[in-house]
Order: sequence, then C-alpha cells, then structure tokens
Amino acid sequence: MKPLHDKIERNIGLMGVLVALAISFGGLVEILPLLSQTATTQPEPGMKPPTALAVAGRDVFIREGCYNCHSQMVRSLHEEVMRYGPASTAGESVWDHPFQWGSKRTGPDLARVGGRYSDEWHQIHLRNPRDVVPESNMPGYPWLAAQPVDGAEVSAMMLALSRVGVPFSEQDISGAPAVVQGHSKMDALIAYLQSLKLPKPESTPARAVPVAAAPSN
Amino acid sequence: MNSPPAAAAVPYHDTVIRQFIIMTVVWGIVGMTVGVLLAAQLIWPELNFDTPWLTYSRLRPLHTNAVIFAFGGCALFGTSYWVAQRTCRTPLFAPKLAAFTFWGWQLVILAAAITLPLGLTQGKEYAELEWPIDLLIAVVWVSYAVVFFGTLVKRTVSHIYVANWFYGAFIITVAVLHIVNSAAIPYSPFRSYSAYSGAVDAMVQWWYGHNAVGFFLTAGFLGMMDYFVPKQAGRPIYSYRLSIVHFWALISIYMWAGPHHLMYTALPDWAQSLGMVFSLILLAPSWGGMINGVMTLSGAWHKLRDDPILKFLIVSLSFYGMSTFEGPMMSIKTVNALSHYTDWTIGHVHSGALGWVAMITVGSVYMLIPRLFNKPKMHSVPAINLHFWLATIGTVLYITAMWIAGVMQGLMWRAVSDDGTLTYSFVESLKATYPFYALRLLGGLVFLSGMLVMAWNVWKTTQPLPGTRPERDANPHAALPEAQS
Repeated sequence: MKPLHDKIERNIGLMGVLVALAISFGGLVEILPLLSQTATTQPEPGMKPPTALAVAGRDVFIREGCYNCHSQMVRSLHEEVMRYGPASTAGESVWDHPFQWGSKRTGPDLARVGGRYSDEWHQIHLRNPRDVVPESNMPGYPWLAAQPVDGAEVSAMMLALSRVGVPFSEQDISGAPAVVQGHSKMDALIAYLQSLKLPKPESTPARAVPVAAAPSN
Repeated sequence: MNSPPAAAAVPYHDTVIRQFIIMTVVWGIVGMTVGVLLAAQLIWPELNFDTPWLTYSRLRPLHTNAVIFAFGGCALFGTSYWVAQRTCRTPLFAPKLAAFTFWGWQLVILAAAITLPLGLTQGKEYAELEWPIDLLIAVVWVSYAVVFFGTLVKRTVSHIYVANWFYGAFIITVAVLHIVNSAAIPYSPFRSYSAYSGAVDAMVQWWYGHNAVGFFLTAGFLGMMDYFVPKQAGRPIYSYRLSIVHFWALISIYMWAGPHHLMYTALPDWAQSLGMVFSLILLAPSWGGMINGVMTLSGAWHKLRDDPILKFLIVSLSFYGMSTFEGPMMSIKTVNALSHYTDWTIGHVHSGALGWVAMITVGSVYMLIPRLFNKPKMHSVPAINLHFWLATIGTVLYITAMWIAGVMQGLMWRAVSDDGTLTYSFVESLKATYPFYALRLLGGLVFLSGMLVMAWNVWKTTQPLPGTRPERDANPHAALPEAQS
C-alpha cells in the first residue's frame, strides 16, 4: 500500500481522479435505479393533477417554509398509521417538485390533513393558531389573507411543472388565471391543505397498502 | 511541520485569509444570533410580530445557511488557503481569483440573507437558494478549486500533506453535490422547481444533504484538524497509515449513507437498507479520524493544562467522536423509528455543529489571528479560557435538552393505551417539550455569549500594539508567531 500511495501523494491529478471515482459509486447505485422503478415513477391509481388554486397554495406552503416543521410522510409504522392514516406511498408524490416529506415534526404530519378540518378552522388557525389550539407554537400568517394570487404567475408555475412531468392540460394552464381570480394566498394554501389526502381510485379496487395497517381512522 | 527558515521568505498571500477569518467570526455571531431568535420563537411564537420576514419558517433556512455556508464556509476557505500555502511552501495560485472567491462568497451570503427572509426558496434543506444564486455559487466554487488545486500543482515540496487531501476531496465532492442536487426548472427570474420529484427528489436531496454534512462539515474540517492540531501540539500527526486508510474509507463510504434520513418512508426498502448498512460501517473511518487527532497529543497531554486553544481542538474531536457514534446508532432502523422527526435529530446535529465544527473552527481562528496580524499571541488568554468553558457548557446544555425532548416525543407519539388507542395527542407532546425548549435557548445563549467574548478578543488583538508601527513588514514581532508553536 505504501509505495502505491506514495505515488498518489505526489500526483495531485491522479489523486483528484481517484477521489472523484471513490465518491461516485454511492450516488449512482442509490439514485439511478429509482429513475426507472415503477413504484417511484408511477402515480397512485386515482391521482388527479392539482387544481390551479392548489398549485398556488403549494407554492405558498414552500415559500413560507411550512416543510420546516410539517412532514407529509406517514411512515409505515403502526402508531403513525393510527395517528395519521394509511402509510404514504412513493406514487403519491411523483408530481411533487420538490418532495415534501420533511425532516422534522414540530407540528403534526399533514399528508392526510385534507378534509379533517373545515376551511373556516384553517382560516382562524392560519391567522393565529392559538385561537384554536392554545398550546400551539406555530407562528401566525395573517398577511396571507391580504395577498391576492397572481393568475399569470400560476400559469407560469403550471407550465414549468408540466415540463417536468406533471400532466396538466393546455386548458388547465391557460385557464388558471380565471380559476384563481379573486382568491387570496390564504384561500390557495387552504385549498392545497384540503387536497392532501389519500387518492381514491374511481372503480378499480384499492391498491394494497404496504403495511399491516390499522383501519384508516 | 516545523517550517525551515527558508519558508519565511515565501511571499504568502494572506490578505484574503485575514478577510475570510474575520468574516468567520462575524458570520458565526450572525448565524448563531438567528439561531437564538428561532429558539425563542419556538417558545414564544409571537416573536415574529406577524411580520413575514421575521417568521420562524422563513428564518430557519437562514440560520442553517448562515452557520454552515457563511460561518463554516469562510472558515474552510480561509484555513485551506493558509494550509495549502504553508504545506506546499508556495504562494497561492491566481491570487486575484482568490480575492474573487472572497467577494463572490460574501455576495452569495448577502443574497441568501436577503432572499430567504423574502420567501424566495427552492424548498430543499441546505439547498434553499434560488437558481441565480446557485449559478453564482458554482462560479465561485470552480474558482476556489482553481486556486486550491493550482496552488497544490505548483508546490515546492514533493508530498501533498494529508490536510490537503481532505480539503481537496471536500472541494471536488461539494461541486458534484451542488450541481446534481440544484438541477431545477426556472419559471421566473427568482423562482424555480426541482427537476426531480417525489422519492427520487428525496433520495437526491439526502444524498446531497448527508454529504453536505460529510464533506462540507466533516472532510473539510478534518483537513483543518490535520494541520492545526499537530501544529498547536507541536507533534507530528499520530499515524500516517491511519490517515491513508481513514481518508479513502471515509470519502467512499459517506456517499452511501444518505438514505438513513428516509427510514420507513416511501423510499424503496433496498435503498433504506443500503443506507443503514453503510451508515454503520461509517463509524470506523470516522473514529479513525478522531483517534488520529487525539493521539497526536500522546506524550504532550500536559499541554492541555494551560493551553486553551488546544483544549478547543481536543474537545472538538471528542464531540466529533461522540456525534459520529450517535449518527450510526440513529441509522439503525428501530432506533430511527423513534428518533426521526423529533428534536433528537436537532440535538445530534448540534453536537456535531457546535461541539465539532464550531469548536475546531474557534481553536483554529485563535491560532491564526495572531499570526495573520503579526502579534505574539491573542490579546487575552484568560478570555480564550472563558470562551472555552462557555462553548462547552452551552453545547452540553443544548444537546442534553434536545436528547431528552426527542426521546420523550418519540415515546409519546408511539404510546398506546390499554384500549388500543393512542395515549397522547400531538399537541400534548409539544406541551411537554416547552421546558426543554427553554433549556435549549439557555444553552444557545451561553454558546453565543462565548462567541461575543471571542469577537472582543479578536478585535483587541488586531489593534496595533502601542509603540509599534502598523506596517506589517516593518514589524519587529513578525517572526514571533511561528516561534510561538
């Protein structure tokens, strides 16, 4: 080893090439297969592209940094399934640019929050969370109610997303300004939160959830 | 390592190092102050004053970017330029490009400090900056590589010293990580979407995120350790053979460990299992680095008694050893099931960030400042000692609070009553965490106060000594700093 390494230590070009080689295997082996695996590239049966308002709301979610405290990933653990609902699948997030699985839960997971609370509850909660949850440490986001959604910008968002694989139709994109017309960023965020739920296949039987899952609450 | 007299004649470029090292102190204080504000906001959420750009969720990325890339980044640029010149016995290659890396990097930091509070973000952790800033980062980084490797190419010594292996691997790998993970499709001058989605995006992100830790916060700082610990201890690095083995093992194994951030998620199982296995193996090369550093002191342990700089360096290695033990343990799936998404992760990060990264940086800065400003030593050695204790106590308070909070949250989230229902609602776990958030705030404040002591000490040291002329070259003390070690 010593004579060999002696040679490397005297040749920075050789060392650089060997470093580049040493660091490349991990990423190649762990990332490339995911690009062609069905589970990670095909949407769940029954999934529909988000509405223009939900696209705008998702953008607010990211811009305000909600993912810093809220995950959207029900892990395949018994207690998580009991608390939040059926475990998340990779297919559910194939249209998520970027992914929203999170890394920290200062607040609860949101993958199944859609339909759990009314729009009115969300409005009060987003203005001042302590009005409905006294112990909460979530900041208030009152300014969202005063900011209108920019229709042209939502079209641009949807066009960009369609270029990376979200199946919006041309009408979806061109019709976006009319859909979001008159809505505030808070409306958009609430529409997005309400859309976060398990996709329901229309006629086909539900795909087996990959967990010995408790009944969805 | 002891420079022969001839080395003193090499006209080293130190202006850019002085700039980077001073900004290390400045950005350290800024980043940690934001951290303290965030810690307070988790207890008193009203502290955002209903102002968008003062809100926790926008400022948290500013805190992480400021401490990693501004504080840690400036420390790495500055020390690597110092180490490359001294160990290659040659001035920097392309000094004007080196100056550009300083101003370019400060511009990146400034852009981050403006855009993140405005909510301009790509939404990927530690890679939040939007695409125009990403492009600027790429340009600065390539320039950095040209300066660093150019300096190595024109070295006047035959061997490349081990510290440079680590700095070099850090520079190459961070370039690869940044370019791959930042791939995005822009839709306006300041907004874009990640080119990847869902599970693929998650894997790319944590391949990036984990190796930002592995290379930015580990390999780079191991380069710092490999120069400054032997230098301050006055002894050669413990084992040359261990250096070789742990270097190659560390850089190749780290790249596989990313999936441990995604245990029990929808990432396919095969990837999760690979991540866990490689994370466990990673313990060996990590501890190789710690042993190499700590054992460098064998035969010179007495120096720890009265050299607070050496205390910083050695305690940082102890925290490094501790957090690189904790990391593999947290990668075990059953442990991760409890720890993930809780404050335990935050505790783990800070035992590395405060205990290892910040402390080895602080020790190195205390070594460099007198040398860079031609002073025999720091203005106040007792103040270094005070800083050492504030830093150590602050770190211990912080990580202890987060360990307890995290384990408690994990246990409360999984507790099931006799009737088969969940025992606690989510908000009950938050309520139980408040006392520990208060303890964490205290720990952060103590650590930050140490940084302020440092700022004062650095300021006093850079002032001209009474009765001496400010010109560096004319300074009769010029030879003293080297003699000190």
